Amino acid sequence: MSDAGTSVSENILEVQEVDVRLSARKILDGVSFKIAPGEFTGLIGSNGAGKTTLFRVILGLQAPSAGSVYFGGPGERSIGYVPQKFLLDPDLPMRARDLVGLGLDAHRLGVPRPSRTRSARVEEMLDAVDARGFADTRVGRLSGGEQQRILIAHALIGRPRLLLLDEPLANLDLRSAHEVVALLARITREQGIAVLISAHEINPLLGVMDRIVYLAGGRAASGSTEEVVRADVLSELYGHHVDVLNVHGRVLIVAGAGEDSDLTGHEVAFPQVGVVS
Amino acid sequence: MSHFLTPIFAPGFFDSEAVRIAIGVGALVAVVTGVVGVFTVLRGQSFAGEALGDIGTTGGSGAFLLGVGPLWGFVAINVVAAAAMELIGIQRPRGRDLATGIVLGAGIGLAALFLYLDTTYNNTTGAAVTILFGSVFAISSSTVPLIAGLSLLVLALMLTLYRPLLLSSVSAEMAAARGIPVRLIGACYLLALALATALAAITIGTILSTALLVGPAASALRLTKRPLAAMLTAVGIGVAVMWAGIVLAYDSYDWPPAGHGWPVSFFVVTLVFVLYLLSGLGELRNRRRSTATPDTPEMPPAPVSLMVSGVES
Amino acid sequence: MFSGFMVNAWTVASIVAVVAGIVGFFTVLRGSAFAAHAIPNGSFAGAAGASLIGVSTLLGLGVFALAGALTIGLLGRRGRHDVATALALVMMLGLGALFLSFSEEYAPAVYSLLFGEVLGIASNEIVPTAILGLLCIAAIAVLYRPLMLSSVLPEVGEAHGISRFRMEMLFLVVLALATAMTVPVVGTLLIFSLMIGAPAAARSFTDRPLPAMALSVAFALAIMWIAIAASYETNYPVGFFVGMISAAAYGLGRGWAAWDPGRRRGTGTSGTTPAASATTTPLPS
Repeated sequence: MSDAGTSVSENILEVQEVDVRLSARKILDGVSFKIAPGEFTGLIGSNGAGKTTLFRVILGLQAPSAGSVYFGGPGERSIGYVPQKFLLDPDLPMRARDLVGLGLDAHRLGVPRPSRTRSARVEEMLDAVDARGFADTRVGRLSGGEQQRILIAHALIGRPRLLLLDEPLANLDLRSAHEVVALLARITREQGIAVLISAHEINPLLGVMDRIVYLAGGRAASGSTEEVVRADVLSELYGHHVDVLNVHGRVLIVAGAGEDSDLTGHEVAFPQVGVVS
Repeated sequence: MSHFLTPIFAPGFFDSEAVRIAIGVGALVAVVTGVVGVFTVLRGQSFAGEALGDIGTTGGSGAFLLGVGPLWGFVAINVVAAAAMELIGIQRPRGRDLATGIVLGAGIGLAALFLYLDTTYNNTTGAAVTILFGSVFAISSSTVPLIAGLSLLVLALMLTLYRPLLLSSVSAEMAAARGIPVRLIGACYLLALALATALAAITIGTILSTALLVGPAASALRLTKRPLAAMLTAVGIGVAVMWAGIVLAYDSYDWPPAGHGWPVSFFVVTLVFVLYLLSGLGELRNRRRSTATPDTPEMPPAPVSLMVSGVES
Repeated sequence: MFSGFMVNAWTVASIVAVVAGIVGFFTVLRGSAFAAHAIPNGSFAGAAGASLIGVSTLLGLGVFALAGALTIGLLGRRGRHDVATALALVMMLGLGALFLSFSEEYAPAVYSLLFGEVLGIASNEIVPTAILGLLCIAAIAVLYRPLMLSSVLPEVGEAHGISRFRMEMLFLVVLALATAMTVPVVGTLLIFSLMIGAPAAARSFTDRPLPAMALSVAFALAIMWIAIAASYETNYPVGFFVGMISAAAYGLGRGWAAWDPGRRRGTGTSGTTPAASATTTPLPS
């Protein structure tokens, strides 16, 4: 079981030497990093690199084979979470605003009592994610992007100290990806919320990240973008030669000659292309 | 017969015509359900099998009301229901459980009415029991040809469809790419399922018929991944369970609480369950090599992987 | 129609309808169709066994329903259509048939357990039914918010500290209790209709959760009352009317949903792909 006690440090989150083993495979291998309050951190790695597993460990849904996760700072640990995959039944009798409201007090027993403060907070959040236009539509009938924004509002309305987003940009075109990132950056900056956002494509996050945790083959390298996104660091991480190209401020990470497979047996998805828009 | 068989077979077992019919019909039905059942489990359509089983109640009780044998009722309503499923599109899971359950509810309600009318007007008591829990000892010799005919029909259908059905069950896309009319094959399979369920229903009853359809097949698939071997195993299990059930039911005539013996269907269903559990031991061998995570409850069931010889992938 | 023994029938049926409407609302929400089918099967054996040894039917129903619920919950497949549980519960049906075969009253007992027997409700059953009903309603009221979130977005619920497993077990227990008190009235084969038809219809008429639950109760009451009145007049079994009217209500709901022009208001401002794209995967249903 992960030891989620409070540590002396003032970091929001500390992941220390986390291993996750599955039979003989090591999905995560000695992953360590810290997130300070209000810090915007990108968790970058290709599909199958272990990002979702790491999230599950942080959320306490999966016990690591070794290592621990600490939540720091005063007050109770509160995490907002936006999952990658979710399915909302189109017939579900719940409006967008109902789902957002649930973010305030879902953990409380009993039936919600309408109050002015509650409605005001919900309105405020709906505004923040630009969802006024469809606030009264059934959640299950919204588009994927709209649902995502509602889930973000739901996650943020309780003013968590850490917001976790699992691959929110995965199926978005580049412009929408930038929009979502801008939205997240704005809200979390205003409210001093730390963010851990996972993605397999680094470019939409480049201008916004304070730190990056780069995951490959179960191992992680963390630090600032300049420190981590370099040929030598990434080559060491991947275990074979990697080139990092800078094209007009966009980053291109390209495999060297020949393909390697990491421990999972999947091919590491190469290249990760940033399109200059 | 020889003395040493008496502890197992109560006296008169081999002399009774009802028993002989039961043995024959039971075996035949077990063969049919074993074969069709394997495909049902492969295609993940146990749900359809259950629904067809339940809706048979309506047909059977209606048949009773009309003074016709229940098998006709089972066959008629199952075929109609299968056609409806096909038209509406049984493939889509969304809302399927709900809609099917509601329709079944209406069907069962209708069955309640038919049975009530039956007891009131025809003075037939026990129709409910016969339909719901089967009556393998009460099958008249005049029904046997019909049963045999239907069974052969289903087996012939399965034989003809074997390869295309197998391929489209494993991968519909691959089958379509090879020019196989996947939808048509699926519809034919549903027809076979309808008939197989009807046959199972006269032996162990409508609401229990799923056990015979799914149980031996699921057990077999745990023990082997080869489709042909699985079918043979399923048939073997089904016939064994059927015969054991018949023998035990006959023997139980003398058991407490005395009177009329224990129902065959009880034995069959219990044995099916027990064998399924036992087959899990066989599967444990394979489980150690698997890389499945116990921590991913969100994962849809892994498609049953097959060693399909002769089919290129 | 409203005097004498019928008073019992109306009272019990109303309590049952309210509970079915409320618990059914969450059953539909959670997609627990399998559990809603399977638990009554299990309780069938319990009732049969109870009548065999001369114990209260309600007790037998309750005990077996709870056992069935716990089995489904602990096998951890979230009420999925699992072969082992399906076979186990079919075996329960077979067991029930066995128990009933021991009694003299084989056929009528089978009939009333499977299809319900509202007119045979004794007065001493009203109080236990009412107590069970109150328990179910209270449990749902208390669990409302966490259950709501955990049912719709289980992982997000976990992030809130709401244990998905605990919610599932608690809900299954409530479902078991609701089943136990409903079986005597509508029978094991028709509980599903009552519990699913009303809420499934209700969700077509309103966008909001609490009104949907209230409407679900209203529909369930209407279904139940019409069924009893009709049964009294025609002598046809109550289960027949419950099955048919529930289906009609569901059809009405679907029809309304298809016809209602105000289905989707508001357009997204971002150029993203619509829902049911690759970002979503079907939850176990």
